[in-house]
This record gives sequence, structure tokens and C-alpha cells, in this order.
Amino acid sequence: MTLPATGQDNEAHKFVRRYFDLQPVLVPICAIGLAFAIGSIAILAVGENPIEAYAELLKGMFGSKDRIAASLGRSTPYIGAALSVAFAFRAGLFNIGVEGQLLIGATVAAWVGTWSMLSDFPGLVLIPIILLAGVVGGGLYGAIPGVLKARTGAHEVIVTIMLNSIAVLYVRWLVGSQDPVILRDMTASRPQSEAIPDAARLPELVSGGQPLHFGFFLMLGLCFVVWFVLQRTTTGFEVRMVGASAHAARYAGVRVNRVIVLVMVSAGALAGIAGASEVAGTTGFLLPGVFLAVGFDSIAIALLARANPFGIVPAAILWGSMLAGAPLMQQETGLSIDIVRIIQALVLLFVAADVIVRTIFQIKRRDAEMGPLAEASMGSQWGAAPV
Amino acid sequence: MTASADRVPVLAAHGITKRFPGVLANEAVDFELNQGEIHCLLGENGAGKSTLVNILFGLYQPDEGELAVRGERVRFTSSSDAIAHGIGMVHQHFQLIPVLTVAENIVLGAEPRSGLRLDLHSARVRVEELSRQYGLEIDPGEKVENLSVGEQQRVELIKALYRDAEILIIDEPTAVLTPGEVDEFFDVVRSLVAQGKSIVFITHKLREVIAVADRITVMRDGRVVGSADPESATPQSLATLMVGRDVILQIDKQPASPGNVRLSVSGLEVLDDRGSTTVSKFDLEVRGGEIFGIAGVEGNGQRELVEALTGMRPPVGGHVEIDGVDSTMGTPRAISAHGVGHVPEDRNKHGLIGAFTVADNLVLNSYHRKPFARGFVRQQRAVEDQAVDLVERYDIRTPGILIPAEHLSGGNQQKVIIARELSRELRVLVVAQPTRGLDVGSIEFIHRRIVEIRDQGVAVLLVSAELDEVLSLSDRIGVLYRGQLVGQFDRAQASRDEIGLLMACGTTEPQAATG
Amino acid sequence: MTTATLATRRPMTRFGRLQTIGLLYGLFGGLLVAYVAPNLDSGDKSFAFEPPPDAASLTFDPRTVVFATGVFFVLTAVVSLLGPRYERWSRAALLVSTILLAPLVVVLALALSETGGTNVVALTVESLRLGTPIALGAIAGLWCERSGVVNIGIEGMMLAAAGVGFTVYAVLGDASGSSWLWFSIGAAILTGGLVGLLHAVVSVSFRVDQIISGVVINLLALGFTSFLRSQVIVPREIRTGETTSAISLWPLTEIPVVGEQLFTNKPIFFGMFAVVTLTWLVLFFTPWGLRVRSCGENPHAVETLGINVIKIRYQAVILGGLIAGLAGAWFSMESTGGFQEGMTGGAGFIALAALIFGRWRPWPAFAGAMLFGFTRALGTRLQILDVEVGDFSIPSEFWQSLPYVVTIVVVAGAIGRAIPPAADGQPYERSR
Repeated sequence: MTLPATGQDNEAHKFVRRYFDLQPVLVPICAIGLAFAIGSIAILAVGENPIEAYAELLKGMFGSKDRIAASLGRSTPYIGAALSVAFAFRAGLFNIGVEGQLLIGATVAAWVGTWSMLSDFPGLVLIPIILLAGVVGGGLYGAIPGVLKARTGAHEVIVTIMLNSIAVLYVRWLVGSQDPVILRDMTASRPQSEAIPDAARLPELVSGGQPLHFGFFLMLGLCFVVWFVLQRTTTGFEVRMVGASAHAARYAGVRVNRVIVLVMVSAGALAGIAGASEVAGTTGFLLPGVFLAVGFDSIAIALLARANPFGIVPAAILWGSMLAGAPLMQQETGLSIDIVRIIQALVLLFVAADVIVRTIFQIKRRDAEMGPLAEASMGSQWGAAPV
Repeated sequence: MTASADRVPVLAAHGITKRFPGVLANEAVDFELNQGEIHCLLGENGAGKSTLVNILFGLYQPDEGELAVRGERVRFTSSSDAIAHGIGMVHQHFQLIPVLTVAENIVLGAEPRSGLRLDLHSARVRVEELSRQYGLEIDPGEKVENLSVGEQQRVELIKALYRDAEILIIDEPTAVLTPGEVDEFFDVVRSLVAQGKSIVFITHKLREVIAVADRITVMRDGRVVGSADPESATPQSLATLMVGRDVILQIDKQPASPGNVRLSVSGLEVLDDRGSTTVSKFDLEVRGGEIFGIAGVEGNGQRELVEALTGMRPPVGGHVEIDGVDSTMGTPRAISAHGVGHVPEDRNKHGLIGAFTVADNLVLNSYHRKPFARGFVRQQRAVEDQAVDLVERYDIRTPGILIPAEHLSGGNQQKVIIARELSRELRVLVVAQPTRGLDVGSIEFIHRRIVEIRDQGVAVLLVSAELDEVLSLSDRIGVLYRGQLVGQFDRAQASRDEIGLLMACGTTEPQAATG
Repeated sequence: MTTATLATRRPMTRFGRLQTIGLLYGLFGGLLVAYVAPNLDSGDKSFAFEPPPDAASLTFDPRTVVFATGVFFVLTAVVSLLGPRYERWSRAALLVSTILLAPLVVVLALALSETGGTNVVALTVESLRLGTPIALGAIAGLWCERSGVVNIGIEGMMLAAAGVGFTVYAVLGDASGSSWLWFSIGAAILTGGLVGLLHAVVSVSFRVDQIISGVVINLLALGFTSFLRSQVIVPREIRTGETTSAISLWPLTEIPVVGEQLFTNKPIFFGMFAVVTLTWLVLFFTPWGLRVRSCGENPHAVETLGINVIKIRYQAVILGGLIAGLAGAWFSMESTGGFQEGMTGGAGFIALAALIFGRWRPWPAFAGAMLFGFTRALGTRLQILDVEVGDFSIPSEFWQSLPYVVTIVVVAGAIGRAIPPAADGQPYERSR
């Protein structure tokens, strides 16, 4: 029998392993490299120069202070959205509904922001109210798949995908309808909601077409909150238990169905606050269709970060900056921005199927290296009866 | 029957070595089976018997060594090769598909066809022929999920015979049978030998070996450690060979001194997952300081009973009282907090979370209480301190308390559960299948702990499919048959035969027993 | 004397799913009888069975129909609450009630609009037509899941097939000419099969979580086809491509009233019926079908019989991919004659819901697909009718969302009693 080591050397060793160990990020880095390599084949196939294209892409991503700010600004909603996916992952739930939750959160925030009774309040009051509106909207929309899963066993994957389509349709109507006018700003040429008061806007650090606003730091704070909840609280322990083994969790006295609902509500709330911060930070009004594909992107980011709240930040920045930089690449080289989409999908493929990367780059698997993602087992099975 | 020197064995393995990550499962194993004999392979759980027979059946490929069938060297890359050489296997865990019919299960992989179609009619006819020839009564059109355990075993046998198996490997066949069914099964095995089959019989039960074997080979720690002649072998000598040291076959315990009634169950009625009544009119009283053992063939409501008592399955009728407090509709957490320990039957599904650390598993149901949490914030230090303490007290062999529990051996995993459940203040302890699949050392340890907790005045309810375990541990014994308690005995008055009869038919009336 | 009691929860009752659904029908029926029917405008409406003029038709008063349906719903509730002894009756009543929902919606919509009637045969044929890709998708999923591989990548398989198929058509045949069209449909099917192969490699060989693998496929297909479109199709300035032309299945078209409308249709539409029928025959009446089903239930048992589980799963998933490819061809080469980004619009996911609704059986899954086809057809039909409730004109988005809402209701109502193949979704590792 061995007791946990407490010696001085071991403490130091542990410290090094914990903070300076590159092993956990080796696979994602190799996956990114491999994805770009394969992406260059597609570029060659349409007769362009991949090196030139990638150079332009990189310039568009981080080429100047403004580009960096734009990249970080673009990444902001992805951090919140990916946190939502990651949090659900840890409970063994697959939240594909981020897109809908984000959209509903943003819509509620945009609606509350235009309440006339609020127009005279200062920003310090208004901003929290608007963010809270996003939390409520997203949380309620996340509650639907949670309750259905807990009560009927309806698989959250199908329900959330359907709810995404429903949200897109209804928000399009809410914002676009001219008879009756609901949220539409009738002075604007295209369908968009009325602008929220300036006082309600999140402060911008760097302005521009894609501003870097306070929401970015809000998202960083949320990463810490999610990490703390998961690793340091009893609620987080229950969430991880449900994710690792719902049966054992029930044996241990956890009310599994309650946790499932709680997790889906929280995941929806995280997505909702990301949507609200976009309305209050980037645009000031709601443009339906602006969040298209954020849902799937956030899944990719969460997987890339292996559902680790702190890993999400670099992953989301990579994702957002690629999307922010792609139009410049298109401008310079004439290559479709969709190449970025292919590369991103390949990154996700190689991260998910890490065996491929490990085989090519000869990286050995270490115990518990998959970390949080390996701990939770996704209930791939349809319609597993409620536990 | 003994093998003469000039006869070639029908099946032979030489120098078989098989490694799994971190384990040497078989090391230079030699094994021979002669025509028309029953060769028993004896060894405790984890001794490497299953690995060896899986190699013989082509499911595993050996790292070293070779196989020969009737003197001809063979290499099996899958079980289809073994089947082609006339080898059939009856697996310990039945390899059947519940939603398919008996006939479909039997012909799968060797389907009779007419044109492109699956010819189920001739499949049925053939199954009926086989069942008549070998006296294995079965309805080929019935779905397997509706069969009893004994019937499922017949299907497994016919599956092998349908493929014209001459060599049958039978892995732990008696674990799920009642004593009466075991005797019947031995008759079937002997009649198979009389019809020219040769049989490898794997077991860890000493009595059976002596009853049925023509030859005995004993394995321990992946090696063959000896062979024995069934004529001269005694249970004690076989046990010593099997474990490698002298074993106490009887548990050393003082007579019980029962106190007040601590667990009282009356008229309990419980439904299973499909909603049909599985436990009904169940009455029971267990006193502090005694072990009440529930015997019975698996699937007679044991799981539902245990889940109802521990709050995991709310009963639809009746009452449960623990020390005078009504716990019928209690939640698992409330019942646990009231002093009911629960060692679940399936340690991997319920008892442990493999991906969590040993320390976290030791607070699996007390993580929210002081000192392991203050408010919502977990206290890692307290969790680890307790883990260090329990690992030592319960002799849990682990490289560290922060190692995922899935890396521990089965015996040590079970000790984690035992440590967690027995280290609390208890009124009642419910233990289900506490030693299933464990090695003798762990079994002895766990049995001692259960007796100790009894001696501290806790009421212990033991549910086990191993009749031997029930007989050796319990102070009183009841038999569960179709969800009802059909008999209660003091240990001193309980006879093995009588309990076996109750397990099989729910009554000791002779005419019912034959029918 | 009272004994102390522990913290408790709701007792487990025998009040199950049937009773709950029955009760919901009862409440809905009561609403129809007491509120909806009396408030409808009187005035006869009609169901036609042929295109005008002189169409055979059925004329009725919507108030009577709504009232009668409401009464039936209430009776259903009563039967389902009678208790377990009448379970067979209540199941039958619930089934009839559910089927009655379809005409009820049509009647209500007619009553709330200015239009006097609608051709119900045309509506049925349109349902079947719009249900075609969903049925094909459901059968694709059926093959995968019966072998034990969950496939939520059907959407991506369809999309990839639609995109690649149309690209081939655009490049080789300039999107016209029927021989190139057939060649391109072949290319689409093959593309589906290749994506199926990818799913098999990732989830069967590398044992990646099957849902993650499916998500990756969806994402990859979306990126890849968008890239194809912007780099290959758009520069060629092809507005609309030729689509498959209708065929008449001659003797059948002579059936009075419905024959002409039903049996003059396009090839993939007819192909869908062939695929469902063949799937049913192969799955349940051939040795290979038995093996596929067994792999989805207990792969370890299958392996002990010397069958290669991995091989069977590869075959089934690739077959599923090929069928999904045919569904993809429907989108770009039978229905619209073009390719747009994400043009499958969630049909792959709806197909999965149809599969679950049909409990992993071919014909019930087909029926589920037709239910969704019906909601789609109804949506487009009612959009034109301009249905008004009071002064509120129901927006077209409401009708468009119908298939999605129905999917959620179906998945929530059908699961629990729908038992998937036992090993569905579990990676299989061959023992060595």
C-alpha cells in the first residue's frame, strides 16, 4: 500500500507536471497542424497557393493591433457558447441547442433593453438587467430539453436541434414581422430589432467593425466560475457523478433528473449571456441570422478544449480569429472563406478521433489524459429511460 | 477413464502465454483433453482459466505457444476457426440475444438458406431433432428473453451441438443453477460423454470437481500448478492447491447474540422496470447482531428487493421500518443518512465510479456532509485524510488515493465499497453478492468484516446467489422464490437439499418438485 | 402511535404514459367541444379528390366535424383512464385519435380561412413526396442503428451527397441532359457511401463516441459543400439544373380517382418505396439481416459464433450511407435542380425522429416519415390559405415550424416505450 507522496521533491515535480506539461496540448496542436495540411490539398485543388493563403489568413487573424482586437471580439460569444457545451458534456449531456439558446437569450435581452421604463437608468443598472435577461431567456430555453429528458427520456440531441430551428423561425418572425410590428425597428432598411439605449452598451476597449468589448472579460470570468463550480463545489461533484455514471449517482443519493434539468438550464443560461453580451456589446440591436453556426462551432471548441473551462479560451480565440481573418484572406487571394470551415471541421475530426493523430505523430496515451472528457460518458444511446 | 500413452489428445495446448496490459494472464500453460473424458479446469477467480479457454476457442490469440486438434497443429484467428475444428463453447455469461427466438439464436452464423432467404423452418426442425437426441427440452419458437436461466443454458448447449461440436468447453456452468439443476446438468454432461463428446469443464467449486471430473488440472496466477486424481482428491487438498496456502473453508465466527428487531419489512410489494410485480407479500424481520441470508436463483426479485429497501426503487405497497422509523418511501440519501449501509450487487454500475479517484469514491455518498463539505464548497483535505485512513484500515491495495478506481483490481474495488459502507455509524447493512468474482483472499477479508459488523450489533441482510456463501455466513436463512419468502430456517436446522428444493420450486412437496 | 418517517418522495404509481397522453387528448377534446366548435363560422367546406374541374369531392360542415372529433378525444381519455384491464382498447383509441389529428388540422385550417375546399389526394401525394428524403434518411439510420452504430450524421451524408452529386452534374453535364443526371445521382449515392465509410472508420474502428463522429460529419459536410459551391458551382453561373422527369407506372395509373395522381411521379420517389420494401425483406428474412440485427443487440455473442462484428457494422453503415446518398440526390436533382448551403434543412435529424417513432422498424419508420412529410405539406398548403384566428393572421413561420414541433412531441411521447437495439451506440472492441 502506498500513501500519497508529500515529500518536497514530489511537490515540485507535481508543480512542474501541472503547469509546464505540454503533453495535454500536444494532440490538439498536432490536430491543428494536420488539418491545415489537408486543407492545403483543397486549396491546391482549386489552383491557389496554400502558403500564400495561410499567410494572408494569419495576417487577417493577428496582423495588427486592430486585427487582434477584432479576433478577440469575434471570439467572445464562442467562449460563452463553448462553456455551455462543455458544462453539459460534464454531465454526459450533449447540448447542440446553443444556437437556439443564444438566440433566445439575445432576443430577450434586446427586448428588455428597449423597455421604455428602463431608458433613464444608468449603465451600471441597465447592463446587469440586460445580461440577466439573456440568462433568463437562454436558461428557460435550455430548460425545455432538460425537462423533456428528465421526464420522458427524449434525447437532448434531437430536441435541441429541433429547438434551434424553431428559435430561428420565431425570432425571424419577432424581429421581421411588419404586421403586427413586434420587435422590428421600422426605420431600418433590413429586419433588425430596435437599438438599446447607449447607456446599456458594454464599454468598448477597441472600437471598430468588430469591437473588443467588456464582454470578453465577462466570459473569462465565467470560465473561472464554471471551473470552480465543477471542481470545488458539491453541486459540481454531483454534475460530474451524473456524467460519469448516472446509476452510481442515483445510488449515492443524487437526484439525477434534477441535476439534468439544472445542467441544461445552466448551459442555456451560459449561452444566453453570450447572446446578451453580443447585443449589448457588439451590435446594440438584434440581427436575426447573426448567430448561424455558432452552435456547431461551440461544440467544436468545447471538444478541442476537452471540456476544460480554461482550455476553452485559447480554443475559442483560435476559432474566432480564423473566422475574423478569413474575409481578408478571401479579399487578397480570392479563395472562398469556406476553406476555413473545412479546416475547422478537420480539426474537430482529429481531436475527436485522437487515435489518428497519435498514430501519425507517435504520441503515447497517458492515463487519464483525456481528462474531463474521458470522465463523462456521453449517453450515446437513444431513449435510455429516465434513471 | 484415463488416457493411454499411445492415444493422441483431441485437444492440446502447449506453452501458452498470454499477456494483457499489466497482467500476465497465462504463462507457459500446457493442457490436454482426451477423447471421451471430462477434464476439469479448477482455479479461483482471476487464475487465468477463462483466458485459456478463450484461447482454445479462438477468441484470444496467444502471444506464445501452440494448439493442436487431434494431433494436428492449428492456429485460430477467430472462433469460426475453432468451430470449424469441432470445438463448441458454453460461456459463463450466456452469449444469447434476448429479443430473438431460440431457433434464431442457435442458427446465427450457420444459417440454413433456401435461395437468398433464411430458412427458419428447417432451422426449427433441426433444433427439435437435437433437443430430442440429447434430452434438452426446448421450444425453438420461444423468445430467449422469456426463458429461465436453466433453459438458456440448454440453448447454449444446443448452439454448440448444432455446429457438430465434438469438443465442448463449458465455463462455470453451475453458478446460476440450483442444487437440483446442477445434478440434472451433470447427468446431461455424462450423457454427452457417453455419446462420444469430450468436455473441458471450468469451475472453482471443489465439490463439483470431485463429483464430475475424470481428470483435474489446477491453475493459479496464470500457471498450471498441478493436477489431481478425482478418486483421491479431497476438498481441502484441492483448495490448498488452488490458493497456494492452507485455506479455512469454514468461517470462524461466534454464535449470534441477536438483540432487538432493527429491520422490519411487512407486505412489501415492488415492481420491476417493466412494471410487473416482482416482489410481493414480503415479510421479514432482522435483529441487531444477526446475519439474515437470502438464498435464491437470480432473477427471483433479489435486485428489486434490495433496491426497495435502500430507497432506489419506491415500493408500491407494504412497509419498511428501520429502528422504528418508517423508511418505506425514503430517498436513497435519507435512508443512507438513517444508518443503512448498502453494498450493491453490481459494483461497476452502482457501487463505484471508475473514472473518479479512490478518495472521491470513498465519499461517494457523504461528499455533501461535514467535514467533506462546508456549505457548497468541498473540502479536499478532509476527503484525502479520510481516504488515507480507510485505505490503511481496509487493506486497499492501491498505488495512491488519487488514482482512478478503475485501475484497481476487482477485490480492491470491492474493498473500497466495503470500507465506505462499513466505516459509518450503521443500524442495518444490506449486502448483495458481496464476493462475486473475487479471489479467495478478498472473499475471506470481506466475510470477516461482515461478521465483525454483525458483532457490533448491526442487522445484516445478505443476498447472495452463492448458496455456499449464504450457508457459511448466515445465522438465519430465507429462500426467495418468485418474489416471495418461501421458507425461513435457523442455520442449524437448514439443510442444503431442502433449501435447494425451495430455490427450484418454491416448495418442498415432492410432487411439485418433480413437476 | 405514529412512527417517525424519513424524507420521502412521490410514491410510484401505475398512472403511466398511456394515461397521461389520454388525459391530454381529453383536455384537448373538451376544448374542441366546448369552445372551438361553437365559435367556428358555419358554412360548408369540401375535400376534393381530383384536380378541378368536376372533381369528386366530399362536402361537410366543419363545426360538426370538429365537434365529433372532440367527442371522440374525450371518449379516448375515458377509456385510457379505465385502468390496465382496458389497455388494448385505450391503445387502439389513442392510435385512432392520433390519426384523426391530421384531418382535424386540415378542417380547422379550412374553417379559419376563406377557401372553400382543398384537394386531399394532392395533399397526400405531396406528403409522400416531401416525406421521401425523410423516409430514406430513416432507413439509412435504421441500417446503422440496427447494427449498433448511432448515426446522427445522416444530415451530413445527405448534404455531402446533394452537393457532390450536383457538382458532378454541373461540371460534367452543365446541369442538363438526363444521362449525366443519372450518372450524377450515382455519384451522389457513392458520396453517401463514402461518408458512411468515414463514419465507420471513425466510430467502429477508432471507437470514437458515435455521436461526436456524427457531429463531425455534419460539420465537415457543411464546410466541404459550401466550399464546393462557392468554388465550383457559383462560378459556372448555373441557375437551375434539370431534375429527374416524372414516370408513369402504367397499369396502376388507371386506378380511378387516385391512380393518375399517385403513380405519375419521379424516380427517387418510387425508389424510396423499393428501398423500404427491400430493407424490410433483407432485414427480417435473410441470414445477413439476422446478423445485422444480432450485432445491434449483442455483438459479443455474435463474435463467439465466429462472425466478424466489425465487418457487419462496416457493411451496414456503408449501406446506410448509400441510402442517405440517394436521399441527398433527391434534394439537388429531383426536387430543386440546384444546390444551396445547408439545403437539407434538418431533414436528417427529422429522419432520426421518424426512426425512433417507428421503433427501428422499416414500415413504422416509413409511417413516421410520412407524418413529417404531411406536416411539411400542410405547412406549405396552409401558408397559402392565410389562416386567421380572430384578427391574427397566423405567420408562415408558425407553419414552417410544425415539423420541428411535431418531432419534439413525437420523440418525447414515443421514447420510453421505444426500445432501441440493445447495443446501439456502444463502441465494440474485438477481444484479442
